[in-house]
Amino acid sequence: MSTIAAAPEPSYIDVSYTLRSWLTTHDHKRIGLLYVVSITFFFFIAAVAAAIMRVELLTPAGDLLEADTYNKLFTVHGVVMVWFFLIPSIPATFGNFLLPLMIGARDVAFPRLNLASWYVYSLGGLFVIITLIAGGVDTGWTFYTPYTTMFSNTHVVAAICGVFIVGFSSIFTGLNFIVTVHRMRAPGLNWFRLPLFVWAQYATSLVMVLATPVLAMTLALVAIERILQVGIFDPALGGDPLLFQHLFWFYSHPAVYIMVLPAMGVVSEVIACFARRPVFGYRFMVYSLLGIAVVGFTVWGHHMFVSGQSMYAGMVFSLLSFLVAVPSSIKVFNWTATLYRGSVSFEAPMLYALGFIALFMMGGITGIWLAALAADVHLTDTYFVVAHFHYIMVGAAVMAYFSAIHFWWPKITGRLYPESWARLAAIVMFIGFNLAFFPQYIAGFLGMPRRYHAYPPEYEVLNILSSAGAAVLAVAYVLPLIYLGWSLLRGPRAGSSPWGATGLEWETTSPPPRDNFRRPPRVDGPPYAYDTERGHGP
Amino acid sequence: MAPDAVVPDAPQFEDGEQRRSAATLGMWVFLATEVLFFGVLFGGYAVIRLLNYDAFVVGSHHTDVVLGTVNTAVLLTSSLTMALAVRGAGLGQRRDTTRWLVLTLLLGLAFLGIKGVEYYQEYQDALVPVLAFRYQGPHAQGVLLFFYLYFVMTGLHALHLIIGVAVVGAMVVRNRRGHFGPEYYIPVELTGLYWHFVDVVWIFLYPLFYLVARV
Repeated sequence: MSTIAAAPEPSYIDVSYTLRSWLTTHDHKRIGLLYVVSITFFFFIAAVAAAIMRVELLTPAGDLLEADTYNKLFTVHGVVMVWFFLIPSIPATFGNFLLPLMIGARDVAFPRLNLASWYVYSLGGLFVIITLIAGGVDTGWTFYTPYTTMFSNTHVVAAICGVFIVGFSSIFTGLNFIVTVHRMRAPGLNWFRLPLFVWAQYATSLVMVLATPVLAMTLALVAIERILQVGIFDPALGGDPLLFQHLFWFYSHPAVYIMVLPAMGVVSEVIACFARRPVFGYRFMVYSLLGIAVVGFTVWGHHMFVSGQSMYAGMVFSLLSFLVAVPSSIKVFNWTATLYRGSVSFEAPMLYALGFIALFMMGGITGIWLAALAADVHLTDTYFVVAHFHYIMVGAAVMAYFSAIHFWWPKITGRLYPESWARLAAIVMFIGFNLAFFPQYIAGFLGMPRRYHAYPPEYEVLNILSSAGAAVLAVAYVLPLIYLGWSLLRGPRAGSSPWGATGLEWETTSPPPRDNFRRPPRVDGPPYAYDTERGHGP
Repeated sequence: MAPDAVVPDAPQFEDGEQRRSAATLGMWVFLATEVLFFGVLFGGYAVIRLLNYDAFVVGSHHTDVVLGTVNTAVLLTSSLTMALAVRGAGLGQRRDTTRWLVLTLLLGLAFLGIKGVEYYQEYQDALVPVLAFRYQGPHAQGVLLFFYLYFVMTGLHALHLIIGVAVVGAMVVRNRRGHFGPEYYIPVELTGLYWHFVDVVWIFLYPLFYLVARV
């Protein structure tokens, strides 16, 4: 530990440049950046798996890959994207970096636990890499029993270890955020003065903390059952495979909200800033975040409509799933209403955020189709489902992630990025994404099943379109690496608040000092204090 | 009165009160995750018991209800001594605190010892799935699942208790070194919360494995 230098206070980056200072840091900002590096690495592993699949699907015949290899690819893609990219994506990076700044704290409540979470994440990632090197796993990311416990000849236990371990990193993060928001707010910053980003992290943390342990224990039982051949999931052993599915989806449906709630927080900040208006219906935005988090816990059975669960359970789960649409649409309406009569400008973060709204709406509305029991019988396990959840998880959540990268880039790095390149990337990403996934809605609706490496020739055109879209999307993902890398070295210096945004994080320098604020901030008003009347001051 | 406590550095907090309330809230959130963690097993138990009720009656009659009951009493008593230890720490009575902590630790070890005796008996009776299971009576598969759940759930509980014993041991050492005083005894308080949680889990395990259809 170095001693604290006298004024002028160095930024959190300039405190020390050694690798050791990064790997032993307790600074929430540095830990956020450690996460950025890790999840970017895993994002590209999983993206490569997807790219190989899209190449295979260019032709109807299974001519590039064996069926087994294809199974392993979609498993790796799912496992890594879900647990090693999407779940930690916004909370562990921007949540870590921004949450204490936004509430005027020096750090999170438990900085050592925060660092531990990154090491736990890395250990889990190590198991995934071991799984990959050893030859992969072919169960799908859902690890359904009894296939997983009885039949699969791949490295199931190693993969389960990875997922089990990484779960604790999100529990640590969630626990830290809950306590931080409850106990570390600056004087005057009461609950309804919190930025929606903070509310979103809070709601997400509740889900992380209450859902992840269920997955951990369930997967532990699967591993025990596979190793010892005694257990409660395999019917041949007297167990109940539906029990596994209930437990798995009790985590994995709320997990979708772990991915999308933080994205909603990002979008609320960005829209308010670039429309120069306070978020419309702030309290409803808060209640709808919490509503999604709570109701999200009661809809898992919609993944099991055709699994043989009771018809009445299906009806209840269907109804509850429709219910989630209410808070979700409140959010979309309120973002739209925020834009109304605002002085809107279209910087890159805003383009990404608007892209989020469009794609989230598409994903959400098709979700309504899938929540309808009868329609779901037709659409289950088709590409319609694949397209639906990619619109939410890749379309919406990843667009918001990129929106956050661009919006807070000047704060994190102290530098500006080239705006026109960023706008171009945002537009290319939106086009590429729609080209990649919209045809999958049609293919799925026409009956193309998911998880096959070969398919009947009538779906060929749609699949070629989809693969072309994936190529465009790949360009859009690589572009930011290039121009943001350039900005890191050569970008012009950003002031403390290049967007003229409100919020405590913009009141400190860019990049912020180790302890965030030179003087502890005080808050005496609601968030988003933008000029409401066009052109007039408050 | 104890001398000044040795308070570890925590620059993220404004004052001791904020620190204490953050630490206890953190512990409660952690215990909430533990409830969900054990909740999977209790849920699994419920489903398997519904499917195999008769087998669970048989299985429950093969666990040692006398030792199980004694163990329940031992663990409940340890929660009392733990609570007294926390109170002593809050009042700065270092010697009393050490005494209560040591007693808690010994009761925890006693529980684990008795549990070990039970496990050994069950091993000799060939009721341990995978390792030694030769129960041939009616509902053999259901009885196997009963004992599978018995060992997984009481085993996980015992693991938590072993961790608890280790932490209480660390508290004894730190307390004797004078690390705690009325203004700083957060670690003792958190240890207490954890200890009570482990106790509460046992209160649910006891009827589920020892008292099914016993009059």
